[in-house]
Amino acid sequence: MSIVEMIERLGALVIDSVGQLGAFVLFLLSAVIYVFLPPFKPRLWIRQIRIIGADSLFLIILIGGFTGMVLGLQGYNTLRRFGSDGALGTVVALVLVRELGPVLAAIMITARAGSAMAAELGSMQSTEQIDALTVMAINPVQYLVSPRMLAGVFSFPLLTSIFDVVGIYGGYMVGVGLMGAPSGAYFNGIAANMSRHDVMTGLYKALVFGVVVMWVCCYKGYHAERMATGVSRATTEAVVLSSVLILAFDYFLTSILL
Amino acid sequence: MSQPETINHPANAPTPDAAPNGNAIEVRDLHKRFGHQQVLDGVTLDFPAGQITTIVGPSGSGKTVLLKHLNLLMRPDSGTIVIDGVDVTKVGGRALDAVREKFGMLFQAGALFDSMSVFDNVAFPLVEKTRLSEKEISEQVHETLEAVGLEGMESKFPSQMSGGMQKRAALARALVRRPKILMLDEPTTGLDPTRTGAIHDLIRRTQENFHLTVVMVSHDVPEVFQISDRIAFLHNGRTRLNGTAAEVMAASDEVFKRFLAGKASGEENETALAG
Repeated sequence: MSIVEMIERLGALVIDSVGQLGAFVLFLLSAVIYVFLPPFKPRLWIRQIRIIGADSLFLIILIGGFTGMVLGLQGYNTLRRFGSDGALGTVVALVLVRELGPVLAAIMITARAGSAMAAELGSMQSTEQIDALTVMAINPVQYLVSPRMLAGVFSFPLLTSIFDVVGIYGGYMVGVGLMGAPSGAYFNGIAANMSRHDVMTGLYKALVFGVVVMWVCCYKGYHAERMATGVSRATTEAVVLSSVLILAFDYFLTSILL
Repeated sequence: MSQPETINHPANAPTPDAAPNGNAIEVRDLHKRFGHQQVLDGVTLDFPAGQITTIVGPSGSGKTVLLKHLNLLMRPDSGTIVIDGVDVTKVGGRALDAVREKFGMLFQAGALFDSMSVFDNVAFPLVEKTRLSEKEISEQVHETLEAVGLEGMESKFPSQMSGGMQKRAALARALVRRPKILMLDEPTTGLDPTRTGAIHDLIRRTQENFHLTVVMVSHDVPEVFQISDRIAFLHNGRTRLNGTAAEVMAASDEVFKRFLAGKASGEENETALAG
C-alpha cells in the first residue's frame, strides 16, 4: 500500500466518522424539536412511560434493594473498624444518591428497556415498517423517537429516586437489622448530612442519562442494517455504547456538579 | 448501450385525476448513483392514469430503486418525477406529504405493524391522518377488509396469519384512505403459485373497483402480464422496453428474450450477469 493510498483511506475514515457523528447529533436535535411540534400524541408518551418506566419498576426495586444491602454490609464492616458505624446511613445514602443510584438505574434500564427499544426499532427498520410510516406521511422520528425521548426524560429521574429510597432501606435492613448498627443514627445521619444539592446532583445525572440512553438506543435501532445480523448488532451496540456513555457522562457531570 | 425503446404510447382517455396528457406519473431522465454504481441511468417512463403498469427486469436492473423514487423514499441525483401534476423532486416538507397522501403502498413483506391487530393496522392511517369518528373509522376498515376478502379477521395479529393473508391486510391498509395511486413492490414474493394467482386477481379487481392507477414491481414473469395494461422492462438502469403487455411480449429485443428465457428456465441471474 502506497503512502497516498494510506492517506486516502485515513481521509475517508475521518470523513465517514465526522459524517456519522453529524448524523448522530442531528438525530437527537430532530427528536427533541419534534417533541414540541404538533401533532401531539399523549397516548404515545404514556405508552412509552409505561414501557420504560412502570415496566422497569420491579427490576429497579430488586437491584436497588440488593445494592443497598451490599452497601449496608460493606459499609458497616468498614466503618466499625474506625468506630464510625453511626455514619452508616450517611455513607449509604450519599453513595446511592450521588453515584450508584443514577448510574446503576440507568444501566439497568438500558439492559431492560433500551435493548428492547433498539431491537424493536431495528426490526421495524428491517421489515420496512419505518418506510411504511414515511409513505403514510407520518414522520417516523416524531412518531417513534420523540415519545421515547420524552419518556426517558420523565422516567429516569423517577426510577432513580425509587432506586435510592429502596437502596437506603436495604442498607438499613442489613446494617441496622442484621449487623446491629445504631438505629437512630442511620436516618438522623442522613437528615443531618445530606443536602438538597446532593439529591439534585443525582437527579440531574438521571435526567442526562435518560436522554443519552434513549438517544443511543433509538439511533442504533433506527439505523439498523437491513440484514439478518442487523438487529442483533444494533442491540449490542446500543447497550455497549449506552453503558460506556453513562459512565463517561457520570465522570464529567460529577466534575461539574461536585 | 442502446436507447430506450417505447413501443407505443397509450391512447387512453384521461381520468379526472390525471395530468392533461393522461399520465398519473411522469418520470424523466432519472439518475441515481450509489458510490461507484449507477443504479438508474436516465429512466424515462409514463404511468397512464387508471391503468396497471408493471416494471419488470433482471436483478440489479433498478426496479426497486425506481419504485423508492416514485414513493418518495429516495431523492434522485437528477431528473424529474411528476406525480399528479406536482414535480416531487422540487418540493419538500408538507407539499411532499400532500403528494404522499395521494398514494397507497404495499411493501414486499407487507410491513404490517406486528404489535397491532389487523383492524388496528388497517385503521392506522385513518387514526393518524384524519379526524373521522371511531364509528366512521370502523365502517371504513370493515368495508376495506371485505373488499380484500379478510372480513372476520379483524382481531388477528400479523404473526397469526399466512403470507397471503398478510399481503391482503397490507393491501387493505394501503387502500383504506382511498388513494388515487397504488404502488406494489413485488406483491407475490414468498407466495406459492395458487396464492400468487389469487393476489394477482385481487390486484386487478381492486384496480377496477377503486379506479386506481397501479404501479407494480414484479418478478412473476410472464404471469403478471395477464393483469398488466402496460409493461416497462428495465435493464442496466434504463427503460429498455415500454408498451402494452402484448407489444412487449411480441418485441424482438434480444435482452428481453434472454430475460424471459432465463426466468422460464429458473436461471434468474443469467441475464443480469449477461447484461
